[in-house]
Amino acid sequence: MTEFLEAVQTIPLIRYALLAGIVSSLTFGVVGSFVVTRRIGYIAAAIAHSILGGIGAAIYFSRVYELTWLTPTVGAVVAALLSAGIIGWVTLRAGEREDTIIGAIWAFGMSVGLLFIHYAPGKAVNLESFIFGNILLTSKSDVIATVVLGLIILTLVGLFYHKLVAVCFDEEFASLRGVSSNVYYLLLLAITAISMVLLVRVTGIILSLALLVLPAATASRFSRQLWTIMFIAVGLTLLYNTGGLALSFQLDVPTGPFIVLAASVVYGLSFLVKRKS
Amino acid sequence: MNPVDSIETTNKVVAECRDLSFRYGKPLVLEDVSFSIHDNESLCVIGPNGGGKSTLLKLMLGLLEPSSGSLQIFGKSAVQARRDIGYVPQAMRFDPMFPITAIDIVMMGRLDRLRFGRFPKECRDAAREALQEVGLGDLGHRPFSDLSGGQRQRVLIARALACHPKLLLLDEPTANIDLSVEANLLDTLEHLREKMTILLVTHDLDLVSRIGDSVLCVNRRVHRHSLPLSGETIKEIYSGSRRLEHDRRSRHIQGDHSACEHD
Repeated sequence: MTEFLEAVQTIPLIRYALLAGIVSSLTFGVVGSFVVTRRIGYIAAAIAHSILGGIGAAIYFSRVYELTWLTPTVGAVVAALLSAGIIGWVTLRAGEREDTIIGAIWAFGMSVGLLFIHYAPGKAVNLESFIFGNILLTSKSDVIATVVLGLIILTLVGLFYHKLVAVCFDEEFASLRGVSSNVYYLLLLAITAISMVLLVRVTGIILSLALLVLPAATASRFSRQLWTIMFIAVGLTLLYNTGGLALSFQLDVPTGPFIVLAASVVYGLSFLVKRKS
Repeated sequence: MNPVDSIETTNKVVAECRDLSFRYGKPLVLEDVSFSIHDNESLCVIGPNGGGKSTLLKLMLGLLEPSSGSLQIFGKSAVQARRDIGYVPQAMRFDPMFPITAIDIVMMGRLDRLRFGRFPKECRDAAREALQEVGLGDLGHRPFSDLSGGQRQRVLIARALACHPKLLLLDEPTANIDLSVEANLLDTLEHLREKMTILLVTHDLDLVSRIGDSVLCVNRRVHRHSLPLSGETIKEIYSGSRRLEHDRRSRHIQGDHSACEHD
């Protein structure tokens, strides 16, 4: 452990990774609790996969047209919000089966991303870091993005907590009380979408859903109140992120899988404890 | 106040429905519906499945618009009257795993007074009062999932009461609930009946006889009956082959002979 603490002090990359991990824990715990409660895990997963499309497009266009502002993160945010919007629109209009749309967005985003990356000129793109994540690639600007996006999400949740909960619990009654359930459902999807962008940085696309959902699912085995679940979920995520980073550094194993493995094991173990009733 | 005045106030019309028709697609779900609800009246809506009970409720909540005819509540459109209407859906519709306490659900009745952030103390007090009113004052901090079916239904009633409604709409409040065990729910409904105007959709004829002042039978067309219902009327309403005759006879009594064969 001393080795890790030394590294935190001397290597900026480790410091950035740790900082991003700590800040994003707050976001993931809060948003994950909503995702578990409202049962939209698969929507979150579809958004995560569609993010590759945005990343690929951003890399391609920034290289072809030399647009320096078009970073992979910008592409990721745009793709995530776009997917959330499409899924939300389809769900609310109910013209098509929801799971079909989820599957379509999921695969479409991935294939678009892979093709853009294939045709992107210049040096080869490190696809693996997007798919499996690499928190150690976190740069200073990533930390800033994490903080800014996290603050936006937490502020929105803080301001509209009761309305979001009401819409998750009973859309019809919420609209009768003058709370537009469509607006707040789309807001929830947008918040989830931005969280997925942050998660992809930490665990990669494939493992992102696990780190969002498992802490909240574990927490909901021990509490029946949403804000308590959020509290526990934030704590668990913080533990997984920092502990996972430290241990994986110490043992020299990839961080993302290590974090998710810890989250899954703890979730599994929670079944051994009798559910609080 | 002289006695004449008091009679007038108790007879005040709360809701007025005139020649209302509604269709989703081609076939009419509701046809030529006219009725009115008076102040402090307790009106039970019964009728066969698919007869249009839920549609009528949705129209009254302003979730649907009449295809023709008019529906006014407190002299306004249903949407404009929403603030004064308390709505109680069926308890079993809800996700039993949803992590929320009783008082937080009741507070949703005050959502229209919340812009953002936390509920003010005034809302908290109103929610507590509403829970007390349905006899659940002690269970406010219990998770919804821990409550029995009847208690959940009472929480939803409290949520509607927290709106401080002048008209209460209930959708089958006793469905899937064993009233021999959950007698408190009936007590709550009987208590509310004394206090406010109620429109209650139900299949439970026992409940009708305990709560209702009169009955609105909805089966595409709407007929009002006074209580108690005769066995013959009940049979006509619920047995498919005799509903046409019921409709004809009810219209005949009201002076509409278009379905009759006599002159």
